[in-house]
Amino acid sequence: MRSELTRFSVVKSLLKNRWPQLFGFIVMLAGFLYAIMTGFIGTPVGNNNFSTVFVWIAWWAILILVAVPFFGRGWCAVCPIPLPGEWIQRGAILEPPSRKPRRFNLRWPNKLRNIWLQNLTFTLVALFSTVILTTPKVTAVVLAAMLFLAVGMSIVFERRTFCRYLCPVSGFIGLYAQTAPVELRVKDKQVCITCKGKPCYNGSAAGYGCPWDVFPGGLTKNTYCGLCMECLRTCPNDNIAINLRPFAADLGQPSRKLDEAFKAFIMLGAAMVYAGVLLGPWGELKSAAYSVGTVAWFGYVMAFLAFIFGLLPALFWLAVKLGQVLSKSNVPARHVFAAFATALVPLGLMFWVAFSLSFVLTNASYIFIAFSDPFGWGWNLFGTAALTWQPYLTTALVPLQTLVLVGGLLWSVRTAQKVGREVKIQPVPVIVFSMLVTLVMLGLLL
Amino acid sequence: MKLSREQWFYIILAGLAGALIVFAPLPVRVAPPSQRTFRVEASQFAYSPAVLTVNPGDTVTIELVSTDVVHGLYVDGYGASVTADPGQTVSLTFIANEPGSFRFRCNVTCGALHPFMIGKLQVGTNTLLWRAVGLALLAAFSGVALFPRPATVKAV
Ligand code: SF4
Ligand code: SF4
Ligand code: SF4
Ligand SMILES: [Cu+2]
Repeated sequence: MRSELTRFSVVKSLLKNRWPQLFGFIVMLAGFLYAIMTGFIGTPVGNNNFSTVFVWIAWWAILILVAVPFFGRGWCAVCPIPLPGEWIQRGAILEPPSRKPRRFNLRWPNKLRNIWLQNLTFTLVALFSTVILTTPKVTAVVLAAMLFLAVGMSIVFERRTFCRYLCPVSGFIGLYAQTAPVELRVKDKQVCITCKGKPCYNGSAAGYGCPWDVFPGGLTKNTYCGLCMECLRTCPNDNIAINLRPFAADLGQPSRKLDEAFKAFIMLGAAMVYAGVLLGPWGELKSAAYSVGTVAWFGYVMAFLAFIFGLLPALFWLAVKLGQVLSKSNVPARHVFAAFATALVPLGLMFWVAFSLSFVLTNASYIFIAFSDPFGWGWNLFGTAALTWQPYLTTALVPLQTLVLVGGLLWSVRTAQKVGREVKIQPVPVIVFSMLVTLVMLGLLL
Repeated sequence: MKLSREQWFYIILAGLAGALIVFAPLPVRVAPPSQRTFRVEASQFAYSPAVLTVNPGDTVTIELVSTDVVHGLYVDGYGASVTADPGQTVSLTFIANEPGSFRFRCNVTCGALHPFMIGKLQVGTNTLLWRAVGLALLAAFSGVALFPRPATVKAV
C-alpha cells in the first residue's frame, strides 16, 4: 500500500535540486525576519501587528491544519530557523564546499539524546503562551531567540542539534508526523548493508551527512527525519524513496519511549487547557493566564502542570493497569504505558485541529488587515487594511469540530486496539480514557 | 484489511445508529416566547454575566455597558452586533430563533486579550452537543465491537 513519488523523474529532480529548496528557504527567512522586525517596531496591539497575526494565525493554521497532518515534517523542510546556523556550520549555502570549515562539531551529550528538553521548552512556551500569542514584542523576542540559539548550537555542535533536541515545536511536529501519509524511507535495506561509507549519514561531495543525525537505512517512523532531502542527494545507489502511504502507518509499531509518551500527554492536555482558557467564557482564567508573575498566574501554572503531568498520566496509567489485570497479563503496566500512549497521538492531533479551527476561523480576517498594514501604522499596501473583522464559517464550525473530534476518537480506538494486540493487553480501559477526554473536549468547544 | 461479513453488518448498523443520532428529532420543551433583557457589563477582557440562557423564540435584548474602554459584542451564528463607548449603554435586540450554543465576542480591538474576549449565548438545549456526545459514545462502542480484540483476551 505504498506508492513511490520519487519514481517520477520530475518530482525527484525537483527535490534533489538545491535551487527550489533555496528559493523556499529564502522566502521563509525573509518572512521570518519581517515578522521579527514588525514585532519589535510595530504596534503593540497583537491583532493589528504582522508578527502575531502571521505567526499565530496564518502560520499556525497552515502548520496544524495542513502541513503536519498531510506532510508530516514538511514544514521543517523549509523552516528558516536553523538556516543561518546551518550555512555557517557548512561554510556553504548550496553544495558542500571543497574545504570543510573548522568548527567544534561536538557531539550532543548522550544523556540528552531524547526529547525531554523539547518537552520542557514546549511547556515553558505554553505557560507564557497567552502573553506570547497576543504581544508582538514578545513574539519577536521568541522568534529571535530561536534563531540565535540555533546559530549558536550549529557552531558548537555537529548537525542540527537545535532541531533534534531543543526546538519547542519540533517535538509535536515529530510526534504527529507519524500520522502523515508521506514518508522518506530506503527502498531496499539489503543495499544499505553492503553500501560502503554510508554517504547518506557521513556526507559526500554530493551533499551533507544527515543533518538530523538519522541513518536513513534504519528509518521506521517519521518522527526524526526532517525531510531535508540530503540523503536523496548523497545516496549513490538511488536507494532513497519518498512514498505515499496510508495515514498513521507509523502507529502500527508503538513507541516504547517515555519522553515521546509524555509529549503525547503534554499536547493532549495543552489543547484541552487552551480550549477552556482561551475559548471559554471565563474571564478570570484568561487574566490569570495573562498576568505573568502574579499569584493568579502561579495558580494557573500549578494547575496546568498538575493536569498535564499529574492527572492525565495518572488516569491513563490506571487505565493501562486495569487492562493488564483484565487480561491477566504479567507484563508490568509501566512497560506498556508508553506503548498505549500511541493511541493519544491521533486523538491529540485532532484535539488541536478542532481547537485551531475555531481560533483560526474567527481571527482569519486579521490576516488580510495585517498584510496591508503590517506595523499597524495606518498603511494600506494592498488595499485590504480597511476590511472589518469578520469571523468565518461560524455555522459550519460546530459540525466540523464534531466530525474532527469523533473521527479522532475512532482513530484513537483503532490505534489502542492495535497496541493492545501487540502487547497482549486489553485496550478497553484506554479506549474509555480516550472517550472521556473527548467528551470533555466536546463540552469545552461546542 | 479484509472485513468479514459480521464486520460489515456492524459497520452498517453503526452507520444507521450514527444517522439516527445526527438526524433524529429530539423532544423540545416548548416554552412560550417571551421578552428577555440582560444587562451585560463589558470590561477588559470579559463579559459579566458571560453566559446568557434563553428559550428558542425569545426576543433577546442585551444592554451592553462598557466599564473601561470601547468594547463590542458580536453574536456568532446570528451575526448581530453592537459597540459601546465607555460608560455608555447601548442595546441590541434580536429574536433567538436558532436553538443551540453560540459564542459572542468583542468586535472592537480593546487590548491584548481582545481576540479571546468571549461569552456564550445558550438558546434552549444545546442539542448539537448532545448529538456529538452520542456520536462519540457510538464511535467508542462500535470501534470496540468492530475490530478483533487481542488474542489473549479471547482466550480468557
Ligand atoms: S525542528 Fe524546529 S527549528 Fe528545526 S526545522 Fe523544525 S520547526 Fe524549524
Ligand atoms: S547511501 Fe544509500 S545505500 Fe548507502 S546506506 Fe545510505 S541509503 Fe543505504
Ligand atoms: S538526510 Fe534524509 S533521513 Fe536525514 S533528515 Fe534529511 S531527509 Fe531525513
Ligand atoms: Cu475587544
